[in-house]
Amino acid sequence: MLKIENLSAIVADKPILKGLSLTINPGEIHAIMGPNGAGKSTLGYTLGGRPGYDVTGGSVSFAGEDLFALEPHERAAAGLFLGFQYPVEIPGVSFVQFLREAANAQRKVRGEAPLSGGEFLKLAKEKAGLLRMEMDMLKRPVNVGFSGGEKKRAEMVQMGILDPKLAILDETDSGLDIDALRICGEGINAIMRKPDKAVLLITHYQRLLDYVKPDFVHVLAGGRIVRTGGPELALELEEQGYEAVAA
Amino acid sequence: MSDTLTLPTRRDEAFRYADLAALEPLWPLATQEIRVAAGEAGALALVLDGTNADARDLSIVLEDGASFDLRLLNAGSAYGRIAVSVTLGKAAKFHLGAAQIAGGDQTAEIVTQVTHAEPDALSTQIVRSVLAGHATGTYLGKVAVARGAIGTDGSQSIRAMLLDRTATANARPELEIYADDVKCAHGCAVGELDPQSLFYLAQRGLPPAQAKKLMLQAFIAEAFVGAADEETLTQAALDALEAIL
Ligand SMILES: Nc1ncnc2c1ncn2[C@@H]1O[C@H](COP(=O)(O)OP(=O)(O)OP(=O)(O)O)[C@@H](O)[C@H]1O
Ligand SMILES: [Mg+2]
Repeated sequence: MLKIENLSAIVADKPILKGLSLTINPGEIHAIMGPNGAGKSTLGYTLGGRPGYDVTGGSVSFAGEDLFALEPHERAAAGLFLGFQYPVEIPGVSFVQFLREAANAQRKVRGEAPLSGGEFLKLAKEKAGLLRMEMDMLKRPVNVGFSGGEKKRAEMVQMGILDPKLAILDETDSGLDIDALRICGEGINAIMRKPDKAVLLITHYQRLLDYVKPDFVHVLAGGRIVRTGGPELALELEEQGYEAVAA
Repeated sequence: MSDTLTLPTRRDEAFRYADLAALEPLWPLATQEIRVAAGEAGALALVLDGTNADARDLSIVLEDGASFDLRLLNAGSAYGRIAVSVTLGKAAKFHLGAAQIAGGDQTAEIVTQVTHAEPDALSTQIVRSVLAGHATGTYLGKVAVARGAIGTDGSQSIRAMLLDRTATANARPELEIYADDVKCAHGCAVGELDPQSLFYLAQRGLPPAQAKKLMLQAFIAEAFVGAADEETLTQAALDALEAIL
């Protein structure tokens, strides 16, 4: 599904990713852990195509396509979803309108018929219900005045509505209370744990991985994957820290 | 304002940013005179959205206690200029809600002169401009408060969004106050769309033009809130917006 080969990227003239390789197959859940500033969010942004994150080497194929030949919105339509570490507040734009337009823009690229207002609301209600979020919150401007945890939960509602092939979830667990962590974990499983989908979880803690069990755990340090293992690697990291494990 | 037969020059303050070449064939302009009798209410929505250069001159007189609601959409595909002069009697009310949308090499301008001639009148002006390409959008607005016009309340809220660094916004709200006990406020801001927000919207699947339109919708809508034909005006503005994105 996703094949990253020897990827290098710079941000503000500074090399951050330095020859990173990672392959994710359909049906797999991968977790990336790593120290602050290692380049985890940079990896997500670079794959998403955020302006200012410039690829200087390597290649990425996604669902059989050259990812970097696609514009950010085309990558989304191809099935790439990026759950933001810091979701953006957009005053004056309601979630409902934004998500309906986004869903239909994606459908258009894929040659599917647009969702009617009624069809969309039914879908949104279902996914909000899955994440136990009040529908009224989706009538508000995008993320404006949402608490940190509510923003993360809203990211998962969006993922449910947009139904991507691959979700890269950047610290979705940070900011969530204990119950919300469980709800989001179960939400991720319900939406993404399918044979034709895959997830890349970026996290600092084992707690999310208790709910969303990864098949592979990677350590990203200094802009590269320095170690890969099974779920036990996360526990080892939690006990011993990065210095001992990734040295 | 066009009481002269000779074309103004750039030295004339009100024409400082005008596209004089486009204005020349239209000169002299006929002034549209509007008078609202004491205690009566009037309204006008003026939409410039044609393909030819257009310039309008309005003169509005509000007698004591009269009110007027003026909405302007300056969004043609060539030079567009709307000049408005308003004189308010005692306790009269004037509201202007205007949007200017311009791209390419266009010049769009709104020039207002609001005179509070008597006490206790209220004037509010909201102007929202969206400028792309090499367009120039101008607002020149003078609020004059005459001697003795105590209790005047005048406000100007002027905002512009530049979609490209090559576009220009000129905004000059001006106050000329010769009375005490007057409340006049003006706010002026020129901004750009937040690139982080645009990326967020794109990451969810919105093409750039659609993302920009979504973000500008609320901005433009402020000009038409509460208008009798709010929906029609807002839709016309969004159509114009689509043309420059
Ligand atoms: N716009 C920028 N300008 C300069 N440096 C930047 C910019 N964005 C990111 N960086 C730098 O890139 C490096 C990697 O940042 P990144 O956000 O990818 O780290 P991370 O692994 O996600 O860390 P965290 O665990 O704290 O979220 C950091 O050193 C950061 O300071
Ligand atoms: Mg990060």
